[in-house]
Amino acid sequence: MKTDQLIDMLSTNVEPVQQGRVRKTLVGALVVGGAAAFCLMLTTVGLRTGVTDGFLPGYLTLKLLFTLSLIGVGAALLERLMRPGQDGRKLFAFLFLPFFIVVCAGVASLVFGQPMAWGRMMFGMHWATCLLCIPLFAVVPFAALIWALRKGAPTNLRQAGAIAGLVAGALGATAYAFHCPDDSVPFIAIWYGTLVAFCGVIGAILGPRLLRW
Amino acid sequence: MDIRSSEPDLRALMISGLDGDSAAHRALLERLSGQLRAYFKGQLNRVGRGPVEAEDLVQEALIAIHTRRHTYDRAQLFTPWVYGIARYKFLDYLRRTKVSAADVPIDEAQDLAVQDDSAQVESSLDLKRLLAELSPKARQAIQYVKLDGLSVSEAAARSGMSESAVKVSVHRGLKALARLIGEEKPL
Repeated sequence: MKTDQLIDMLSTNVEPVQQGRVRKTLVGALVVGGAAAFCLMLTTVGLRTGVTDGFLPGYLTLKLLFTLSLIGVGAALLERLMRPGQDGRKLFAFLFLPFFIVVCAGVASLVFGQPMAWGRMMFGMHWATCLLCIPLFAVVPFAALIWALRKGAPTNLRQAGAIAGLVAGALGATAYAFHCPDDSVPFIAIWYGTLVAFCGVIGAILGPRLLRW
Repeated sequence: MDIRSSEPDLRALMISGLDGDSAAHRALLERLSGQLRAYFKGQLNRVGRGPVEAEDLVQEALIAIHTRRHTYDRAQLFTPWVYGIARYKFLDYLRRTKVSAADVPIDEAQDLAVQDDSAQVESSLDLKRLLAELSPKARQAIQYVKLDGLSVSEAAARSGMSESAVKVSVHRGLKALARLIGEEKPL
C-alpha cells in the first residue's frame, strides 16, 4: 500500500471532532464505576447505621476525604495520561499527599492513644470484610476506567494502568466507607491505604496488557 | 525544516482538521508523513534495523494520529502530541519484535522535525488484503466513505445502516486496520 493511498483514505470525508470527548469518557467511566461499586455495597454489606437518617458520622467524612482526594487527583492525572505528549509529573506528588497525611495522622493517634487499645484501633472489628470488599468493589470501576483509557491514547501503559487501579481502588473504598463500622484513623491508614495501593499495583501489572493500542 | 517554524502551521492544520476540514487534514497528514518517515528511519537506524519497516510504521502512526485525534488538546502544543504517538508506536514495534527499549538511544521531539519525502514509497502491506480481514460491516463502511468518497448519509442509504453506525464502523475499521498493520509486519 502506498502511503499516499492511505492519506487519501484517511482524509476523505473527515468528520468534525467534538471537543472534550476525552473528559466526557473519563467522567462517564467514573460515574458508572462509582455507581456500580455503591450498588454492590448496598446489596452485599449494606449501609452502616447513622447514614440513613442523613447524618454523616465524623469518621465516614474522614474516610471520604481520603478516598475522594485520591479520586480527584487520580482522575486529573488519568486525563493527562490519555493524551500523548502530556506529562502529569507535578500531579504525582499530590497523589502521595493523602497517603502521607493519613499515615501521619494514624501514627499520631496511636502515639496519643492507649497502648491497650492499639490492636483495636489498627484492626477494628471487621478488617477481614474490609480486606475483601474494597478490591471486590473496585473491579467494575477498574473495568470502566480501562475502557475509558482505551478510548484515549495512553503512551505510558504501566503508569496509566497503575493510576486506573488506584482510582478504582479509591472508588471501591468510597463505597465501602458507607458500610465500614470501624472508626479509627490507624484503621483507615492501614486498611484503606494498603488496599487502595494494592489495587494500584494490580493495575500497573495489568496495564501494559490491557491498554495496548 | 525547523521545529519552531512548523509547529504553528501544523497546529493550525490540525485544528482545522478537527473542525472537519478535509483539505487541511490531508495537508497535515502529508507533511507529517514526511516527518514521520525521517523519524522512523533514524530510529530504526539507531537500533541497527534497516529502513524497510519504516513505511509500515509511518502508516501505522498516520492511522493512529487520525483515529486518536480527539485526544489532542487544542490548548496544548501539537508537536509533543505527535511525537508522543510516534514514539509510542516505535517502542511498541520494538516490543513486538523483541528489542529492549533500553537499547534505544535517547531521542527528542526535535528528531521529528526533519522531512523525508521519498515519494510513493510502498509499505509491505496490501490494502485490499488488509481490508479483507475486517468485519464485513467495517469493510463496507470504509469502502463507501473512505475509498469511494460517498458521504456518510449516502453510505448509510446504500448499506442500510444508520448514519451513526456507518461512522462507528469506519472508526472501528480504521483502528482494526492499524492493528493489522502492526501484526502483519514481515520480519
